[in-house]
Order: sequence, then structure tokens, then C-alpha cells
Amino acid sequence: MIQLRSKVPGGPIEEKWDKHRFEMRLVNPANKRKHTILMVGSGLAGASAAASLSELGYNVKCFCFQDSPRRAHSIAAQGGINAAKNYRNDGDSIYRLFYDTVKGGDFRSREANVYRLAQLSVNIIDHCVAQGVPFAREYGGLLDNRSFGGAQVSRTFYARGQTGQQLLLGAYQQMEKEIDRGGVTMFPRTEMLDLIVIDGRARGIVTRDMVTGRISSHLGDAVVLGTGGYGNVFYLSTNAKGSNATAIWRAYKRGAAFANPCFTQIHPTCIPVSGPNQSKLTLMSESLRNDGRVWVPRQAGDRRQPTEIAESERDYYLERKYPSFGNLAPRDIASRAAKEVCDEGRGVGESGLGVYLDFADAIRRLGERSIRDRYGNLFEMYQRITDENPYRVPMRIFPAVHYTMGGLWVDYNLMSTIPGLHVIGEANFSDHGANRLGASALMQGLADGYFILPATIGEYLASAKLEKVTADHPECRRVEADVTGYTRRLLEIQGKRTVDSFHRELGKLMWDYCGMSRSAEGLRKALSQIPPLRQEFWRNVNVPGSDTELNQALEKAGRVADFLELSELMCLDALQREESCGGHFRVEFQTQDGEALRNDEEFAYVAAWEYAGPDLEPALHKEPLQFEYVPLAQRSYK
Amino acid sequence: MSRVRLLWDSSVGKKVIMAVTGLIMVAYLIIHVLANLLVFQGPSKINAYSAFLHGAGGALWAVRLVLLGALVLHVVAAVQLAGRGFDARPVGYAAGREPQVSTWASRTIRWGGGLILVFLVYHILHFTVGTAHPEFVEGDPYHNVSSGFHNLGVVIVYLVAMAAVGLHLYHGLWSSGRSLGMSPPSPNPFRRAAVLVLALVIWLGFTVIPLAVYAGVVR
Amino acid sequence: MNLTLRIWRQAAPTAPGRLVEYQATEISPDESFLEMLDAVNERLVEEGEVPIAFDHDCREGICGSCSLMINGVAHGPMRGTASCQLHMRSFRDGDVITVEPWRVRAFPVVRDLVVDRTALDRIIQAGGYISAPTGGAQDANTILIPKETVDTAMDAAQCIGCGACAAACPNGSASLFTAAKLAHLGLLPQGQPERYRRTLQMVARMDIERFGGCTLYGECQEACPKLISIDTITRMNRDFLRASLTAGRGAVAESD
Ligand SMILES: Cc1cc2nc3c(=O)[nH]c(=O)nc-3n(C[C@H](O)[C@H](O)[C@H](O)COP(=O)(O)OP(=O)(O)OC[C@H]3O[C@@H](n4cnc5c(N)ncnc54)[C@H](O)[C@@H]3O)c2cc1C
Ligand code: HEM
Ligand code: HEM
Ligand code: SF4
Ligand code: F3S
Ligand code: FES
Repeated sequence: MIQLRSKVPGGPIEEKWDKHRFEMRLVNPANKRKHTILMVGSGLAGASAAASLSELGYNVKCFCFQDSPRRAHSIAAQGGINAAKNYRNDGDSIYRLFYDTVKGGDFRSREANVYRLAQLSVNIIDHCVAQGVPFAREYGGLLDNRSFGGAQVSRTFYARGQTGQQLLLGAYQQMEKEIDRGGVTMFPRTEMLDLIVIDGRARGIVTRDMVTGRISSHLGDAVVLGTGGYGNVFYLSTNAKGSNATAIWRAYKRGAAFANPCFTQIHPTCIPVSGPNQSKLTLMSESLRNDGRVWVPRQAGDRRQPTEIAESERDYYLERKYPSFGNLAPRDIASRAAKEVCDEGRGVGESGLGVYLDFADAIRRLGERSIRDRYGNLFEMYQRITDENPYRVPMRIFPAVHYTMGGLWVDYNLMSTIPGLHVIGEANFSDHGANRLGASALMQGLADGYFILPATIGEYLASAKLEKVTADHPECRRVEADVTGYTRRLLEIQGKRTVDSFHRELGKLMWDYCGMSRSAEGLRKALSQIPPLRQEFWRNVNVPGSDTELNQALEKAGRVADFLELSELMCLDALQREESCGGHFRVEFQTQDGEALRNDEEFAYVAAWEYAGPDLEPALHKEPLQFEYVPLAQRSYK
Repeated sequence: MSRVRLLWDSSVGKKVIMAVTGLIMVAYLIIHVLANLLVFQGPSKINAYSAFLHGAGGALWAVRLVLLGALVLHVVAAVQLAGRGFDARPVGYAAGREPQVSTWASRTIRWGGGLILVFLVYHILHFTVGTAHPEFVEGDPYHNVSSGFHNLGVVIVYLVAMAAVGLHLYHGLWSSGRSLGMSPPSPNPFRRAAVLVLALVIWLGFTVIPLAVYAGVVR
Repeated sequence: MNLTLRIWRQAAPTAPGRLVEYQATEISPDESFLEMLDAVNERLVEEGEVPIAFDHDCREGICGSCSLMINGVAHGPMRGTASCQLHMRSFRDGDVITVEPWRVRAFPVVRDLVVDRTALDRIIQAGGYISAPTGGAQDANTILIPKETVDTAMDAAQCIGCGACAAACPNGSASLFTAAKLAHLGLLPQGQPERYRRTLQMVARMDIERFGGCTLYGECQEACPKLISIDTITRMNRDFLRASLTAGRGAVAESD
């Protein structure tokens, strides 16, 4: 039976982190060398943590499945990173960033964590600039800011449309420096397939070398997972093709609680699906909503060209429904509104699954040049993909799965319910509650990696008495055998269907029943269809090749097998949460005008699930959430 | 590590050396083409110039040594860099690598350079040593030139060699500015109007001589 | 549309490889090149064959995983576009398309179209960073950087580390990759203290990895999905020359 002890320190919220840092035990510098930390993931969270821990003197082994740590999916983040610098003098402050984030998350996050995040946001920008991240500047040489969906102050720092890339390269370079120095050993093309728990503590991982197929154990004093989000459970998402849940899922099956699995974010501005072979969705930065106007025809089934539809026959539905935020309404709201108009048959494009994002007004008002200056690279990308010129015809956009707020449960020290197993970045459930605001995931990943984990891991290492373990420990042998057996089983099925066909089927099911809007009925349907699909997978999947070579089909199969289990947990979680909040919208719980209706009396908690065994219903544990600083209130963006 | 070693061992350093030695040779070529054009003014001028050169004694040999040294460094570095280039791609592309923007001049720089080297040997035997010249007269370059180009074969050899030199310079002059890090940043780095003019002038200047002799303009 | 593909198949790093012909049928022009390969792979699996291995991840032109030599052109016919962002509308019905891996000694083939590009990581290890340990930074706005400087640095910093420059270069040179990083860091005030040392070490590493030298062919710039300019190479050469001639003995000694 797991215990959810959040370990949030006492005292006023402004002082908690400082006080905690002082109270935590330190590891003697001479002893740090003797500790090995296994860092799974080299994204913003993983790379920044690996570099910082190595600088402190720890021995770090870092793993990623790509051929280079620089390719982690953080590289794809476009828009920017928030920080409460108040460089604009527009009333921003740490407290306001904290407030906005708690409110944006629809009151399902932990106040103390969010406050700390807002505090550290300031240090992140300083550190990244020192590293040489080329954030946009003004002519005077000072840093520039932009505003981002859901915020009324300008606090987003950016590097063109490639902020994630530049931040990740900063962390990657810092880590490469440490690799050169010998503090970090990098294992690219190596995937973690299981967790080794000895005497109740996470002591190692079992990995597969993706080139040779070799299964081996790596042991250490602490394990850190920074393996990103699991949005690919929906098959089509803005995540990279390789993004997966395997690391956190297998840790879950070894005893780590999984928190709020159903909290998924659907991003409103993605390029719509174009055909049956579509393999992923591409995000168009939210910043486009600063100048673009969203509309659909008033008349259902109107198939005319957009330019032929007169002003009076257009419905600028976001401006109509949310006059004060208009086209900048938060992601969950904008996404749902798009779905609604498409459900009414007013969607545009061949599939009817799309809405217009129109720049004609902005071009008229500001001129094509300034639009090109602001969004040139995005317009080009759009044109490259769709072959349409967005300067002439409106863009077509549609919501797509983008981010998973859920993840492994962690305490204030970022430690999961398995002692020694820490989880950082998108992989944990942490700071975003039921909905993440734009530009705050980069902030969270870096806060975790550069500042929080390096401080809190010492507390664990200094207080835990760790026996030395070696690779011939029976537990290592056992877990390795498990992994080898699992892999062999996948290869031995030799059925008729491809892994992708299962993945697509699962994705459609999840999108239909556990996507933008959910109902008890639909979720029950999904819950009744997932297990048979999973069984068919294990009977009828075809994974060609062997396990002693580079085998991309095998890698995919392992990931999809995990999605087939995780999806069920997501539906269970969505079903038990009988309220609508943030990205989780239950049709049964809405206000009269169709807005999300939260139920704070009964559901102001983190739902943390404990694995009970194959085909057994997991146990639900609740971490109650208290809101002392941001008063609970219905979100309104009208 | 000494600085010379540093330059010589590095692929970037070798390019620096090639550029410097190349430019030394270009300087010689400019003087050489101007001097050669004196043939159009009759025997006295060019023979006087030659006499002046040969009269300079030690200075002539100093120049020759510098040129020879430059040539050797240039050629050794060229061969080594070409070697590194081949070594870096042991397996080629089955479909061939389709050149996109590289100029023909750049793609011929290596064997064009080789051609120049062969030409140089012949050229020195032809006009300086005289063993490759049936009517060679020591100290009378006007005669040597005007009699040397009556043979169509010789003229063709020169024309081909001059084309190679022109192309070599069209790429080499442009790239040397970049190898030495002197070219300013440009929105279109491939533009090189000045280099084109210089290469054309040198090529033309050399090319008209055998043609003029063969056509009987210079006799 | 229907296409004939000739794809390099090689089971393992040391195994012999060859071009194998496949048919891609009923491909929509709106599909991406990789989606077309997915479709071919899906059919291969259904027929019980081993699918074609190729590197890919983000599929939006930013991670640098994809690395296909398409008809002898790195990343295919569309300028400034990574393989994953190339769409089939760039081809015509009935085309024969040859797909090969990057061919550079420093990028050995792992399988089929997958190559090992860790040499590029090692070039970064040699000095492609600004030493700024976590925690010691001053306020970000105390460093003033002119907009033009940052914009130029950003042009270079956009490199996605795909290796197309080396694949397209007749010399198999990684000059553009190395120079892009040197330009990014060397232009910024934060990067000045280590500038010359960084240049010497990264250039040396490039040679150790057995990439070729630069003849200024310019093919790399054209192949680069981010169209990074060969001006960066000019900059690298200048800094190298300065470092080796004037910039203090320290820098030279440290590159031993
Ligand atoms: C298209 C897009 C745009 C975005 N834009 C923004 C934005 O503008 N602002 C913002 O704040 N956020 C944005 N986000 C969200 C943000 O980018 C991510 O949440 C964040 O980068 C996640 O970082 P991470 O380090 O947790 O994980 P990732 O960067 O996903 O890294 C995961 C790492 O784990 C490794 N890994 C995974 N599984 C395994 C395994 N089994 N074994 C070994 N290694 C493994 C991977 O190799 C990788 O190195 C965006 C996200 C997307 C998809
Ligand atoms: C049509 C073209 C050319 C003509 C007519 C020509 C003519 C001559 C003549 C007459 C001499 C002997 C000069 C003397 O002894 O005083 C000479 C020497 C020489 N030429 Fe040329 N030349 C031509 C092109 C070139 C080119 C293209 C090169 C170099 C690539 C070159 C390199 C030399 C060299 C190195 C010498 C020897 C100089 C010395 O005595 O040290 N020439 N040339
Ligand atoms: C009179 C003779 C020559 C002159 C004036 C000359 C000039 C030049 C110049 C200026 C360059 C450019 C260097 C750079 O990019 O930095 C160059 C490059 C080159 N030259 Fe010459 N060269 C001469 C002879 C030769 C000869 C004889 C050879 C061959 C054996 C040769 C081979 C090359 C090659 C291969 C390059 C390209 C080097 C590279 O970029 O890798 N050159 N030459
Ligand atoms: S410089 Fe361009 S081609 Fe070379 S690795 Fe970087 S992005 Fe790829
Ligand atoms: S193509 Fe090669 S030769 Fe230089 S300019 Fe580019 S690296
Ligand atoms: S797959 Fe990421 S750049 Fe092409």
C-alpha cells in the first residue's frame, strides 16, 4: 500500500523553498563522486539535470533512445518560455505567474510546487542567457518578450519559433561539456525497458541497446526519469514519433503511483489531418492567435471557398463567445469550441475537421511585411505541408493532442512513491494541474533539471543507507529475464497485423472516447473495447526481424503494448473524475452555456493510481489539494 | 604544439597555407601576364624586360625560390587535402551526388591544378630551359615566343592550360578570401564579380598571345 | 501516384548492402516522404518482410533525425527542407527514386538508411559550449546584445545537427556544422572568453573524426535544411587563423 506524502514544507509559501533548501541534508563533496545517478531522458529536464548533477560532482549515466541527446522532443517546442521577470513593467511578478498557473491549471495542481516554479523561472532565464541561448532582443540590446495564450502580461521569452531547440541545445551543450570532462556517460540509442527495485528502493534500470539488441542492467544510487509525455497514446499527436510511455509505465508496474493519467491537453492550432497515411500532427504556434481570427461559415455544409464567403456569413465564434479574450482564449476552451462547430457540420476543409485562422484583417491592418516578419517561418512551414499560401487564403487548423499533464506522482522533492525513483519534466504530474498554460512546460522541465532535482536528490542520497549492489544481484537477473522474455514473446507472435494498425485503432478509440470531450458512456465503451484490442495485439501482431539487431518494428511494438495498457488507466481515471476541469471535459458536467463545471467539494484531489497486477483494477489513492493563496473560483475567460 | 605544426596539421590550416601560396602565385601571374603582353610592342621592350630580370642576379633566384616554395607547399597541401576528402567518403553514392550549386570551376579545381602542374613543367622546358623548343634562343624571349607558337599543337596545349588557369583562379581567388577569413558576410556568398573580372583578364591576357602569334599578328 | 523506389538495404554495419527495388502505390501528393516510406514498410511487414530502417522522430524538421539522400540530393529536391518535411507533391507519377544513407566515413551505416552520427556530438564535446555552471548567472538583462548580433547568431544556432552538410559535401566535410556552432557562440559576448580555444579544439576534433576539409564547394549550404550560410565557414577560418597566430599561447598550448 503506497503512501502519498507530499512533503510540502511548512511556512509561508514565499519561504517554503528557501527554508527547505536549508533544511535538506547535503552530500559531502568528496562523497558525491561515489554516487551514480541514472538519468533516463535527455530532454530539457534530463539534459539540464544530468549536466547540473555532474557539475556538482555526481557520476551520471544518461540514456536516450535517439542517436543523439540533442534530438529529444523538447527540441520541437516553438513558442517560448515564461518567466516572471517583469521586464515589461506590466504588473508581472512571481506571485502573478504563480496565480495564473494555478488558475490556468483549473485548481488541480499543488500550490507550493507552482510557487517554486514561478520563483525559479527567473533563474532559468539568467542561466540560459549565460549559456548563450540567443533569445530575441530589442534594438537596445535588452531581451524581448511576447504574450502567450491565456496570459494578460508579456512574460514569454523566445528565440524565433525555435525556443525549445535553443533551450535544449543550451542544456545539451552543457551536458556535452560534462561528458568531455568525464562526469556524464552518455548512452544514446538505448531504451529503458524496466526498473530494478531492490529492498524497496529504485537501484537500477534494464536497458536494450537498440543497435545490438543487448539487454543489460545499469545500477546506481538513484534513478531519474525525464522521459517526456505520453500523448502518442492517441497515435496522432504533436509529439515525436518515438515519444512513449514505456519508462514511466514500467516504473508504474514496479510500484510508482501514476497521477491524473486522464489530464491531456489538446492544442487548438494544429494543421488538420490530410489523409489516411498521416503519421503525426504539426503544431502551428499559438502565437498565431495574436493576429489571426478564427471562424467557420454560419451555414452548416457550406462548401464554398473561404474567400467567397461574405463577412456576414462568417461566424467568428471565439470572439462571439469570449469577448474579452477572443481568439486568445486558453487552449482547452479554444479546442473545445472548434470541436463544437465541427460537430455542428460547420467544419471546413475536405474532411470537415478544421476551422479557419484568417490573417486577412491583420494583413490589411499591418501590411504583409509585418506579418511576414512576425510569422514568416510558420507561414512557410504551413505552406510546405499543405501547399496553400496563408497570405492569400486563411489557414485551416484543428485541435490535436499535445501535452500530458498526468504522469508519475512525485512529492515536493520530485521523488515518486518508490524511494530513489525521481521523475522530472513532462513525465511527472507536477505543476500544471488539469491544463497547462502556453510556455510553461519548458519552464517546468528546466526548473526541475537545473535547480530542483540537484538540490533534492542530495537529501535522498544523504538520508538513505544504500547497500552496494552489483549486476549479479538476483533481482537484476530476474528483471533482465523478464525483459528478454517480453521481447521474445512479441517476436514470437508472428500474427497478421502490423503494430501501426493496432496503434491507429487504439488512437481513434482514445480520441473518440477519451479525447476532447468525454462521457461516462463513451469511457465505458472504451473500457470494454481496449482489453479485447490488447488481447488481439498479443495474439495477432506481426513483429518481423530478431532481437539482436536494430529493429524499429520491435521498438514500436513494445511502446504500443504499453499504450494499450496505459489507455485503459486513462479511461478509468477519466471515468472516476466526475467533473469537468481544464483539459478533462465531461459532457455531463457543464454549465448552461457549455463551460467546464468543476466540482471542488469532491474532486479537489490528485488521483494517484497504484498498480495491482495484470488485469486487476488498480487502486486509487487521493492526495487532497488545498488552496490557501489562490482562492478557488470558476475560471472565466468571457 | 608549435603554431606552424598547428597550421600544417589542420585541414583549416592547410587551406590557409594554400590560400597564401596561391595568392603569391597569383601575384606572379599578374606581373607575368603584363610582361608577356609586351610582345605586342615589338622585341625591344620584352627582351629588355627579360634582360633586366636576368641581370638582377640573386634577386631572380630569390623570386624563383619563393615561387618554387609556394608551389611545393600549395601542391603538397592540395594533394593531402584531396586525400582527406577521398578518405572521408570511402563509399560513394550509387545514384551519384547531384551537384546543386558548386561551380564547374570548383569541381575541376583538383585535376585542373594537376593540369597546370604538368603544363608548368612543359612551359619551363619550353621557354626558360629551351629543351622543348626547337628554335630556342637564350635571352631572346621575343623570338622564342613568336617562333614557339607556329605549331598548332603547342598553341592548343597553351589554350587548354590557360583555360585551366582561368577556371582555377575563378574559384581559387574567391575561395582564398574565405579560407583566410577575409571575405565579408554576404546575403549571397557565391557572388564574385571582382574575381570574375580578374580571372577573365588574366585568362584573356595569356590567351591572346598564342592566338596572335599563330594568326600572324605578332611575328 | 505510383513510384518505383530503389532503396539501400544493409542488414548490419559490416554486412554487404545493395539497392533493392520496391513499388510504392497509390501515394497521395499530400503525404510526406516518410509517410510514403511508412506505407511501403507497412506492406513489407504484411508480407512478412523486414521493414526499411530509417531515422526519424519529430517529423517537423527540427530534431535532425531524418537523413535521406534522395536521388543524390541530401534531404531531397526541396530547398531548405529536411527529409521529413518533403512532400510527395515534389515528385511525379512514375518517378524512380533512389534513396541512400549519408555516405561519410565518420557516419558509418548502422542499418539500411540509418547512420551513426555521434561524431557530431564529439565535435560539440570538444568545445561547442559556453562554460556556465548552473547557478552562477547574473541577471539576464545585464548583458546587452545588439539585435543584429543575436539575429546572426540565431541564424547559425538553428542547425539541427542532421549531417546533411557532410553528406552533400564532395569532401565529406563537417565544416558547416562546426562553423555554425562556432558562429553562434563566437558572435555572442558570453562566448568571447572561450572563443579561440573553442575554435582550435572543435576544428581539431573535426579532423580527428576524419571528416574532409573544405574546398568551398558550397553544396553544404544548399543541402542544409536551415540554409545556414557558408559565411559561418569564413568566420571559422578567420578565428582559426587568428587563434593560431595571435591569440595567446594559452589557446595553442591547450589544443595539444
Ligand atoms: C510541438 C510542441 C511544441 C511545444 N511548444 C512548447 C512551448 O512553446 N512552450 C512550452 O513551454 N512547452 C512547449 N511544449 C511542451 C514541451 O516541449 C515539453 O513538455 C517538454 O519539452 C518536455 O521535456 P522533457 O524533458 O520532459 O521530455 P522530452 O524532451 O520529450 O525528452 C524525453 C527524453 O526521454 C528519452 N526517453 C523517452 N523514453 C525513453 C526510454 N524508454 N528509454 C530511454 N530514453 C527514453 C528520450 O530519448 C528523450 O531524450 C511543446 C511540445 C510540443 C510537442
Ligand atoms: C600564353 C601564356 C604564356 C606565355 C607566352 C609565357 C611566356 C613565358 C616566357 C617567355 C618565359 C621565359 C621568360 C624569361 O626567361 O625571361 C616564361 C617563364 C615562366 N612562365 Fe610563362 N608564359 C605563359 C603562361 C604562363 C603561365 C599560365 C604560368 C603559370 C601558371 C607561367 C609560369 C611561368 C614561369 C614559372 C616561368 C619561369 C620564370 C623563371 O624564369 O623563373 N607562364 N613564360
Ligand atoms: C600557378 C599556379 C597556381 C595558382 C596561382 C593557384 C592558385 C590557387 C588559389 C588561389 C587557390 C585557392 C586556395 C583557397 O581556397 O584557399 C587554389 C586552390 C587550389 N589549387 Fe591552386 N594554384 C596554382 C597551381 C596549382 C597547382 C599546380 C595545383 C595542383 C597540383 C593546384 C591545386 C589547387 C587545388 C586542389 C586547390 C583547392 C584546394 C582546396 O580548396 O582544397 N593549384 N589555387
Ligand atoms: S549545418 Fe545544416 S546541414 Fe549541417 S548539420 Fe546543421 S542543419 Fe544539418
Ligand atoms: S560543400 Fe564542402 S567543401 Fe566546404 S563549402 Fe561546404 S563544406
Ligand atoms: S524527423 Fe525530425 S527533422 Fe526530420
